[in-house]
Amino acid sequence: MNNVMKTEFSALAENEAFARAVAAAFVMPLDPTVEELTEIKTAVSEAVSNSIIHGYEGCADRNEAKVIMECTISDGGKLVITIEDNGVGIGDVEKAMEPMFSTGDSEERSGMGFTVMESFTDRLKVRSEIGKGTTVIMTKYLDIISGI
Amino acid sequence: MEVIFRISGNILISCIKGEVDHHSAMPLRQAIDKSMKAFDCSDLILDFSGVEFMDSSGIGVVLGRYKKLNKSGGRICISGCSKYIEKVLGMAGVFSIVPKANDFDSAVAVITGQEQISMEV
Repeated sequence: MNNVMKTEFSALAENEAFARAVAAAFVMPLDPTVEELTEIKTAVSEAVSNSIIHGYEGCADRNEAKVIMECTISDGGKLVITIEDNGVGIGDVEKAMEPMFSTGDSEERSGMGFTVMESFTDRLKVRSEIGKGTTVIMTKYLDIISGI
Repeated sequence: MEVIFRISGNILISCIKGEVDHHSAMPLRQAIDKSMKAFDCSDLILDFSGVEFMDSSGIGVVLGRYKKLNKSGGRICISGCSKYIEKVLGMAGVFSIVPKANDFDSAVAVITGQEQISMEV
């Protein structure tokens, strides 16, 4: 089964719940386990939150600032989730991905976003360019039992 | 997200319900901090048994409350974690500094010293 879904939404915190609900609804035909579904929702939530908090940090017009989420299902239950923003970008991606690393503002950030994404998916790729934005690509293989 | 507060002696028991993410973390910690002050509580229990979803924002809420209570000399305990919530909090090593109990009654016993604290080291 091949299937693609793409959605674009304003960089508003209330859209974090929307994004993870949409991703969860999209994978439902694959009959994921409760655990897989929770992992997908959490990973999406982390990536979208990062775009909203850091990508569009200091952004005045949040309705115009957009986060784009694309999900692709291909044969064998391979799910690819791409979350993209056109925000400020990350200078040092490797550093940003270190556990507990945070830009250190006063908002009680844990610095665990990328670590959670890494733990809950099978592959994580981050592409970023200063002033252009960040793209996070997460791949997850869902355990499909075929022929039943 | 919704929090239901109960009070046992000097302990504020915060039963968190619903989804904890970046959007709901701020009103959540404000509600907890406000209630700690309003009811003059020194110790805190965070009960996660009603939490349906939580991302790493929950780690920030726990560690933020831990830091505050550490300063004021108060104690903190977590209860009612599902396997999934335990995994998320465990990634940041939360349980090496904050004890956990099965339910909030046991958490009260942990804080009042009636129960041995089990901590991962």
